[in-house]
Amino acid sequence: MNILIVGVGGQGTLLTSKVLGKYAELAGFDCKLSEVHGMAQRGGSVVTHVRFGKKVYSPIIWEGGADIILAFEKLEAFRYQNYLKESGVMVINDMEIYPMPVIIGAAVYPDTIKDSLSGKVKTAFINAAEIAIKAGNIKALNIVMVGALTKMLGFDFDKMSQAVTESVPPKFLDVNQKALLDGYNSIG
Amino acid sequence: MKKLLLTNQAIAQGAYESGVRVVSSYPGTPSTEITEAVAKYNEVYAEWAPNEKVALEVGIGASIAGARAMVCMKHVGLNVAADPLFTIAYSGVNGGLVIVVADDPGMHSSQNEQDSRFYARSAHIPMVEPADSQEAKDYVGFALDFSEKYDTPVILRTTTRIAHSQSFVEIGERQEYPLRPYVKDVSKYTMMPSSAKGRHIVVEARENKIKEVAETLEINKVIYKDKKLGVICAGAIYQYVEEALPHASIYKLGMVYPLPIQSLKRFASEVDECIVIEELEPFIENQLKANGVNVKGKDIFSLQGEITVATIREKMCGEKAVKGVDAPVRPPIMCAGCPHRGVFYILNKLRCVVNADIGCYTLGAQAPLSSVDTVICMGASVGMAHGFRKANKDAKNVAVIGDSTFIHSGITGLINAVYNKSAMTLIILDNSTTGMTGHQEHPGTGKTLQGDITSKLDLYQICKACGVEKIDVVDPYDLVNVERLVKENMARQEVCVIIAKRECELLKKGAKPYCKVEDCKNCGLCLRIGCPAIAKTDKGVKIDKSLCVGVDCGLCIKVCPFNSIKDAREDN
Ligand SMILES: Cc1ncc(C[n+]2csc(CCOP(=O)(O)OP(=O)(O)O)c2C)c(N)n1
Repeated sequence: MNILIVGVGGQGTLLTSKVLGKYAELAGFDCKLSEVHGMAQRGGSVVTHVRFGKKVYSPIIWEGGADIILAFEKLEAFRYQNYLKESGVMVINDMEIYPMPVIIGAAVYPDTIKDSLSGKVKTAFINAAEIAIKAGNIKALNIVMVGALTKMLGFDFDKMSQAVTESVPPKFLDVNQKALLDGYNSIG
Repeated sequence: MKKLLLTNQAIAQGAYESGVRVVSSYPGTPSTEITEAVAKYNEVYAEWAPNEKVALEVGIGASIAGARAMVCMKHVGLNVAADPLFTIAYSGVNGGLVIVVADDPGMHSSQNEQDSRFYARSAHIPMVEPADSQEAKDYVGFALDFSEKYDTPVILRTTTRIAHSQSFVEIGERQEYPLRPYVKDVSKYTMMPSSAKGRHIVVEARENKIKEVAETLEINKVIYKDKKLGVICAGAIYQYVEEALPHASIYKLGMVYPLPIQSLKRFASEVDECIVIEELEPFIENQLKANGVNVKGKDIFSLQGEITVATIREKMCGEKAVKGVDAPVRPPIMCAGCPHRGVFYILNKLRCVVNADIGCYTLGAQAPLSSVDTVICMGASVGMAHGFRKANKDAKNVAVIGDSTFIHSGITGLINAVYNKSAMTLIILDNSTTGMTGHQEHPGTGKTLQGDITSKLDLYQICKACGVEKIDVVDPYDLVNVERLVKENMARQEVCVIIAKRECELLKKGAKPYCKVEDCKNCGLCLRIGCPAIAKTDKGVKIDKSLCVGVDCGLCIKVCPFNSIKDAREDN
């Protein structure tokens, strides 16, 4: 299973990969995760690779190799689409964060992302921020995304729920469990 | 017990289990987390040094005193530490000494993509390279045993993809290694010509011995599959090859210097075609060719950037990698509320030539601030600004450096400028942290690696002691005074220092105020500060209150000529 998580530095994608790593551990899989720290975290485009299965060699997913792209931002989903397998799926947080070239007018934020991606692969656009706020905290956005992914890929919900329990601080547990469930249910 | 660990954490765990007593490092992506993780073990003394040279010297001191020691840095850090490196190779060790160096092919967070393996060769120091977290942990122990057995420091090399990936690691117990007795030995530890001549002979003999040992080392592995194609590789590339060429026979090197030449020669002769796949320089390839082994390598793979599973499949199987789409780039940016922004806004406005340095403030090079002219290496801003002025006394240039970088290697440049009667201005951006690498303490923060209170280096007094007479401390958000001081100093015929002091915005906790926009004329002036919280719309700018830090910064309020941006708290 190859999961590519993409987003904007500072969006909390690292917790998502932590939960997925825990899930792999609970499910008894071999697992590798890869993330880039440093410069990219300053609002740049960030990618995290999560791979699990019987035996995993490369910690990095290659172009055309991802089963799913979990995108925290629309433009990032668009940017990394070439990493998706032909049969792959995308879960996309329906949110726009303008990069600096767009802010200063040197580039235009593409307005056809939704149609262009939906025309090619199976996509699910969710409003993760809204779901997270309803669950009790906007910061649980990343766990909403995990919930949606759990449904999309048919993962074991109870195991994922346990992975969340083992990955978040106890005082945020209730919010995050609710976020997981609501994210799960957001996928029709 | 097995645990999913970042390779950098696994290296820390390896040091802990192998009885390391002293760790000294300077932060640098992708090596920083090793030392942060080591700091959590009570049995290990660990510290941030002001730079890599000092860190290595601390490690050498600890080793000669009889302790097992580890020193960690990024690839360019080894340039800074190169002076002690070349001579500790002569002295050898007492307690085991491992030097961890993290290369960055693809330059995710670096100013060059130099290949550290050449340091191993030119300093005659063995180098190992793990391919996952478990190996990283094991190789630390291997390196320390090897170091003691052959009386040599050992370098452990990682690359970004290994350093920053996680895989399962078997967690073990710590084994204590009692301090080895220190015995005075001038011929070994006092490197002056009379003794170093003798040691040079030892270095050569040792290297010959290790070359022999390398031929049968367990960490060099041959995996025979189909013999049509054989691949020689190490580190991350090994993992990619297993994935991309599942049928190829593989020679996986655990020790990348010195190479087991005879054994590699045998492998090459047993397969129809033999290829070396390595990132960056043809380090392995050229040594094999020099020894008459018929291999291919850089005629197929690039000298630049990273190799991936897809590039291997493309080059070896003719499978074209799926091309990316055109999308607006998203470069890293200075955070909303970053104190560096005010200074760069003024430098851009004054059209100064800016000799900048390495840190978050290098982002001042990005549009729309676009105010950085030169960046070379840590500390270079000061020397370069002085050189610029000596070459052209009318140059309108200033040096800009961060606090951690100033302490790392800017102080000697400042001494030089004063000593040689320069007329340059240095701006120290003092945000009380090492921001770029993720907020490490340094001598100027008054806290140790573990967060304990310690003596705090006073930058003002340091500059004064260097002989600078005109030193001003200013709030970088105070645009009027920043502008006044820069103009004033540039006209003076002496070395001037401006300390622009304000804590990194990311270190602040608690609720933040924010700014709001009313009656925007859409003139676009506020967009020139390059704040990610401000975005242009047809109806005027809007401010993202989740990013904005409000009047604390207030740069947009200051640059708006129509008073359209206000402190949102005024509502209350
Ligand atoms: C020789 C060397 N060591 C380490 C690094 C990694 N590095 C880049 S910038 C930096 C320090 C940045 O801190 P500071 O100067 O305080 O600026 P800030 O990022 O806080 O603005 C470090 C450690 C490097 N580039 N070169």
